[in-house]
Amino acid sequence: MYQYIVKRVLLMVPTLLGAAVFVFFLLRFIPGDICELRMVGEGGYVDESALATCRAGIGIDKSIFLQFVDFMWGFVIFDLGTSMWTGQPIGYEIGLRFELSLQVAIMATVASVLIAIPLGTLSAVKQDTWIDYVVRGFSIAGIAMPSFWLGILIILFLLIGTQAFLGEAWMPPIVYVPIWEDPGYNLSMLIWPALATGYRYSAVATRMTRSALLEVLREDYVRTARAKGLLEKIIINRHALKNSLLPVVTVVGIEFAFLMGGLVVTEQVFNLNGLGKLFVESVLNTDYTLTQALVMVVVAVFVLVNFLVDLLYAWLDPRIRYS
Amino acid sequence: MTKVYSQIAIALAAGFALVASGAGSDAAAQNRGGILKYIIPSNPPSADAHRESTFGTIHPFAQFYSVLLRVNPSNPASTTDFKCDLCVGDVPKPTDGGLKYTFKIKKGVKWHRVNVTKNTPAETAKWSKAIGGTELNAHDLVATFKKLIDPPKGVISNRKAFFSMVESVTAPDDFTLVFKLKYPSGAFIPALALPYNFVYAKKILDTDMHWYEKYVLGTGPFKFVEWQVGSHIKAERNEAYYWKGQPYLDGTEAVFAKKYSINMQAIRGGRAYIQFRGFPPKMRDDLVKALGKKLTVQESDWNCALFMTPNNKVKPFDDVRVRRALSLALDRWGGSKYLSKIAIVKTVGGIVFPGHPLAATKKELEQIAGYWPDLEKSRAEARRLLKEAGQSNLKFVFHNRGVDQPYKVVGTWMIGQWKKIGLKVKQRVQPTGPFYATLRNKKDFDVSMDFNCQSIVNPLLDVSKFQSDTIASNQYAGFQDATMDAMFDKMNRSGDPAEQRRIMRKFEKRGLDEKAYQFITLWWYRIILHRTAVKGWKTSPSHYLNLDLANIWLEEPLLSAK
Repeated sequence: MYQYIVKRVLLMVPTLLGAAVFVFFLLRFIPGDICELRMVGEGGYVDESALATCRAGIGIDKSIFLQFVDFMWGFVIFDLGTSMWTGQPIGYEIGLRFELSLQVAIMATVASVLIAIPLGTLSAVKQDTWIDYVVRGFSIAGIAMPSFWLGILIILFLLIGTQAFLGEAWMPPIVYVPIWEDPGYNLSMLIWPALATGYRYSAVATRMTRSALLEVLREDYVRTARAKGLLEKIIINRHALKNSLLPVVTVVGIEFAFLMGGLVVTEQVFNLNGLGKLFVESVLNTDYTLTQALVMVVVAVFVLVNFLVDLLYAWLDPRIRYS
Repeated sequence: MTKVYSQIAIALAAGFALVASGAGSDAAAQNRGGILKYIIPSNPPSADAHRESTFGTIHPFAQFYSVLLRVNPSNPASTTDFKCDLCVGDVPKPTDGGLKYTFKIKKGVKWHRVNVTKNTPAETAKWSKAIGGTELNAHDLVATFKKLIDPPKGVISNRKAFFSMVESVTAPDDFTLVFKLKYPSGAFIPALALPYNFVYAKKILDTDMHWYEKYVLGTGPFKFVEWQVGSHIKAERNEAYYWKGQPYLDGTEAVFAKKYSINMQAIRGGRAYIQFRGFPPKMRDDLVKALGKKLTVQESDWNCALFMTPNNKVKPFDDVRVRRALSLALDRWGGSKYLSKIAIVKTVGGIVFPGHPLAATKKELEQIAGYWPDLEKSRAEARRLLKEAGQSNLKFVFHNRGVDQPYKVVGTWMIGQWKKIGLKVKQRVQPTGPFYATLRNKKDFDVSMDFNCQSIVNPLLDVSKFQSDTIASNQYAGFQDATMDAMFDKMNRSGDPAEQRRIMRKFEKRGLDEKAYQFITLWWYRIILHRTAVKGWKTSPSHYLNLDLANIWLEEPLLSAK
């Protein structure tokens, strides 16, 4: 196990390195000059020397090679650099948003697991009954519905519903406050995006739970357990469900990593100042350094989550050993 | 459906009536207190207005600073009414044949002493302790204007081009400021009134010229409380503000939200009172329908011109006949009527902001190709010119910016207009970054959308886009014309408004008609929606103006604050 962990950690290095090189050069293919965007983006006139000062100030007047060397050196010494757009340290920019994105990802994951496992189990146990059909319909709808669209519907529903019932429209808060400062306010802001994304996410996990459980329920050891006269509840909960969770854990893990950096549209819909929104803005602003750093953060999260999922396999299925 | 429209019409009428009757009147008794929550559809790149060009820096930070001159906050709709903010009395008249301006600076203007909390940056706290409560003087203004006019190496001023007429700025004593000009210029006073000219502390600038990019410390109506990048900014009343009685609010809280749907929902859902940039007409209609009397609508022409720019260096657009035909095909008068229902454009105008004394009258405009009152005659002439140029079946690609309002909406309309004279046009839409890369560097376009948004209406400088591209880096049509350059220069060096106007007409006629280098399609139209509880604020022709928030008061709290 120890050897496996060391090997996986070492494998992360070339993965991150490859991603860094790829991202650096890919971004340089996007046309656009951050200084022009910043200084003439609203159609005004600007002195050319100001543009030259801007370019020199953020280092884009250097050759691509030198920029690459700077970037890689920063990567080696864990220095993400400063945002070309705001001039703020990237660690600060990401740190500001990380907490919010992490909370939404955790809340969406919890919502999804709480919905997916009971429903998936129910659907498998009641296979081909009306309950199964309802659960399948519910989960297919979740897959079909983009979470941002569901988000828009939720906001409209809240605005129209509160206006109808309270006489004045209410929308969720749009300024983030940490949960430990004001839990009520925090939850009234984040519960909606968590539900919107959690529903779609639960739909995938529900279907995965159902099919994995159905497969396990046809295993010989389940038949043996039934033949021994064990209660169905014990068979499902103690023997079948745990073994059917391997693919579910994989899906949940990947989705969690995706949520950390991938909520680009949903964050816009709810005006969440998270990593997804920052990602969109950095690309639109052609802020190379920030975009690179964000991609690297997402890559790192994916690599880390996959690693944790692999470790979780061993706990879920004692037959799996990484020696 | 009819009922819905009639409700909208009634509500709109109510809104206009409120505006007309002085919704923003200073005469009424002002309530003190409350927090103005507002939305900013941007995210400021930095706090330093000297270097930025975006309203995203003005909207959150103007409240913290004083300026030397500003548009009259009681009459911001005027294009020529400037008032002293830091200077004493009225805007001074020039002496020495228009070459010298002497300003007496107000006494008793104090630098903010901020209330330090855990969210106050250490730098702000440090400087607040060092200079907070001390008096602003003319040396602060000299340091500010030197940074704007002639910044040292490594420091960016986005306003440098506006002050090309300035020879020197000095302070003969602590409360006198003197500008000497190279030549008399009608563009100088409007340049001084630019809302970007935040006055900074000399002591801070002497220590670090970049300090104001990340931190805030001014003498304006509100003091800094907190700025969370990408999220929000908070301010509190400056009790020591030098305009007696102001500000009326206890504080402000601005939220950064780029999506207009969020902006609208925030006003509707009780999260914000106002957004100061503007909304499209459809959102106005929806919000009026939803909020009725709780919403006030203020509308104004907008100092942003939407350009249609042919690439004069590419065939067949190097032929003046083809370029002229492009303009003749557009039904600007009709377009104004229809497009204003769906897009943030409305007013037909020439190269000068409509309504300004230097702008063309309707009669003058109707003499310019593309503005003729007889549309059929225009289109017949367009077809004739194309035929004569051998381009009757011309096909080209129209380059546009990937933003709906007003670019894509108006672009689509223009393609329809060109179709009516037999042109086949495809649209190529790009996000802002690549859009500018095409316009400024690659220059691989046939005809492009372009625009020019300015703050203070300063036509003498605002028309600089019609100079040769060797002089005006924001002229993307690619033409050079020494006659236009000479006219521009002459106009700017003339102190006589009548002469300026005379030259402006010739300049306009040559640029839009005779040489047909590039064209104005329609001028933008600004629609401000705010909760009726917001009082004291009046709209202006620019989303950069009248934003120190000192004259705003609130009648009632929002649902979210109750």
